[in-house]
Amino acid sequence: MVAMNPSNLPRRVFDGYGYHCRAVSVFAEPRSADELANWFRYARAEGLTVAMRGAGRSYGDAALNGGGLVLDTRAMDRVLAWDPSTGVADLEPGVTIENLWRTTLKDGYWPPVVPGTMFPTIAGCAAMNVHGKNNFKVGPWGDHILEAELVTPGGERLTLSRQENPEIFHAAIGGFGMLGAFTRLRVRLKKLHSGRLRVRRHHVRSLEEQFAFFEEHTQKADYCVSWVDCIAGGASLGRGEAHSAYYLHEGEDRSPDFLPEHQDLPGTILGVPRGLVAKIVAAFSSNWGMKLLNTAKYTASSILPRSTYEQGHVAFNFLLDYVPNWRDSYRPHGFIQYQPFVPRDAAPEVFADILKLTQARGVPSYLGVLKRHRADDFLLSHAVDGYSFALDFPVTPENRETLWRTLHEVSDMVCSNGGRFYPAKDAVIRPDHFQRAWGQARISEFRALRARLDPQRLLRTELAARFGVDEDQRV
Amino acid sequence: MPQFKNAVIIGASSGIGAELVKQLAAEGTVVAAVARRVGELEKLRDACGADKVRIYAHDVRQFDTTAPLWDEIVADLGSIDLFVYNAGVMPRIEESEYNFAKDREMMEVNVVGAMAWLNPVAAYMEARRGGTIVGISSVAGERGRRGNPAYHTSKAALTTYLESLRNRLFRYGVQVVTVKPGPVDTPMTTGLKLPLIIKADECARGTIALAKGGTAEGYVPAIWAPIMFVIRSVPSVIFRKTNI
Repeated sequence: MVAMNPSNLPRRVFDGYGYHCRAVSVFAEPRSADELANWFRYARAEGLTVAMRGAGRSYGDAALNGGGLVLDTRAMDRVLAWDPSTGVADLEPGVTIENLWRTTLKDGYWPPVVPGTMFPTIAGCAAMNVHGKNNFKVGPWGDHILEAELVTPGGERLTLSRQENPEIFHAAIGGFGMLGAFTRLRVRLKKLHSGRLRVRRHHVRSLEEQFAFFEEHTQKADYCVSWVDCIAGGASLGRGEAHSAYYLHEGEDRSPDFLPEHQDLPGTILGVPRGLVAKIVAAFSSNWGMKLLNTAKYTASSILPRSTYEQGHVAFNFLLDYVPNWRDSYRPHGFIQYQPFVPRDAAPEVFADILKLTQARGVPSYLGVLKRHRADDFLLSHAVDGYSFALDFPVTPENRETLWRTLHEVSDMVCSNGGRFYPAKDAVIRPDHFQRAWGQARISEFRALRARLDPQRLLRTELAARFGVDEDQRV
Repeated sequence: MPQFKNAVIIGASSGIGAELVKQLAAEGTVVAAVARRVGELEKLRDACGADKVRIYAHDVRQFDTTAPLWDEIVADLGSIDLFVYNAGVMPRIEESEYNFAKDREMMEVNVVGAMAWLNPVAAYMEARRGGTIVGISSVAGERGRRGNPAYHTSKAALTTYLESLRNRLFRYGVQVVTVKPGPVDTPMTTGLKLPLIIKADECARGTIALAKGGTAEGYVPAIWAPIMFVIRSVPSVIFRKTNI
């Protein structure tokens, strides 16, 4: 093991996936739980803070630690065990969602929860307790973790489950890496009866129709998601296009095809090679250009008949991966994502206010996505029984101040309505929002676990520091 | 307002480096002056004022001390917008002398020491999306002349390293400036008969002008541009017969 001044470790400029947040850190790439534990020991001896990082797919500052050590777990990427008879897999933390489905699909299994991209690591997904378009039905990623191994900065190696250390299990999952590092996860996958989903497309003319869609279709569909044109105003406020999707039941697909290669995404989108799409979209990256793109997308949706079709799991779930390096459309300054969760009754009004306020301030979102959620039993869960609105905002030197001010106002509104935020994406909320969204009781419980598992407060990320995870901060 | 708020000069105790410190400090830039000889640095600080010049003792061949010192300087100054690597040595190599120890010293001071500094500096500048990095290379890097193989190699290596760094950092708004002085009257060249030799203060002035302009590569004085164009164009079969 190294016995050197931490300044002499290799450095990297790490960024959030939205490009906007970045920080220089020294880094190491442990290949085993023992090596990882050694790095914690080293950090403890050197008084160095540590952040865990997987694939770096969080949009904001969740996997950044300026001036500290970043432990990149991508080298720990082995599938330790996979049992097709039970659908249970034992995985190292750096296994990605893509590795996972490529391992299990041939046996007819699919990850029960996936985010909009297949590139994150499963430990990153656990730390952020990510959700998919089926959150209303199956809960977050953590609901499908049977057991986890956690290496703590204090030097413990704990097995976590609903039976063993349940309070740590429910806090470390969704604890954005502040209680330790996951070094092994046991997850249960979903049995499929087809390599495809039945998908229905729904034309949505207003925000009212958006909520009507979810209220109706979440009763029966397995997945529901809706795109929102965040630039249209007036009577068209909240218009968009929704999709619901259903697993096929046993026998519906007479010859199910579980070949991973048949899931792969097509090489072109509307005839354009996928590699070029980000560059073309970049040309529209202004309020006017995006108004044009959003309107074009909406108009296309209104002309096309309401339709039902079958689509592979990859094509349906990983829309973002259709466009390689899509984040390049937001070069050079990058973008942020912001995703508030609001209880069901308050959501229609709050989301309408978000659209109106961002439009009025000249900082409309270029892409909005609505989803339905349910509450879960994780300590720092972001989900509530209600709706979330994922919003992309470009960041420029000119709009930055207005954008932050606007989103702080929006965050006040979200907090006043009992809402929460998504740490996997956040880049803006302040300690007061963190405290109001999660409440003093949960935060105190989390801090007590921190004091026990990380007494020296080695674990640190820019996000945790910004939230004021360890102490109440005045704004 | 000076163009550069806070600068770091490596190899600041004499020659071009000392002149850079004086001229930048005179413009109002706060300068971290880094060199082995503390006595010389103290004189420089006394001459320029302790509010303008901070001094740091450091040997560029003690590679393990470099990144920690960089972190210390960043902490002391708050932010850095100009970094100059000026450390360089050129021990005399006699005709028929073949001396690894001297070659190694030149590579370690002129190249490896630069890399030890430029890694943390480049990471810092990339993350802050701006700043200027200057490397004092030399016209000597453009041809392998017969006099001093390692010196020419070291400057060619530094020039190429800086070019790569420029290509890496351009997209992040960071300027990387390669300065190629001809002969300069400094302790390094004492006793040598060299053509078109200039004073160190003149060289420092030219360097600061190139840094302010964000020039990719520049000669000091500019007359070396056409001269080196000609020298680069001489075919090797002829070049080996000359005493250039």
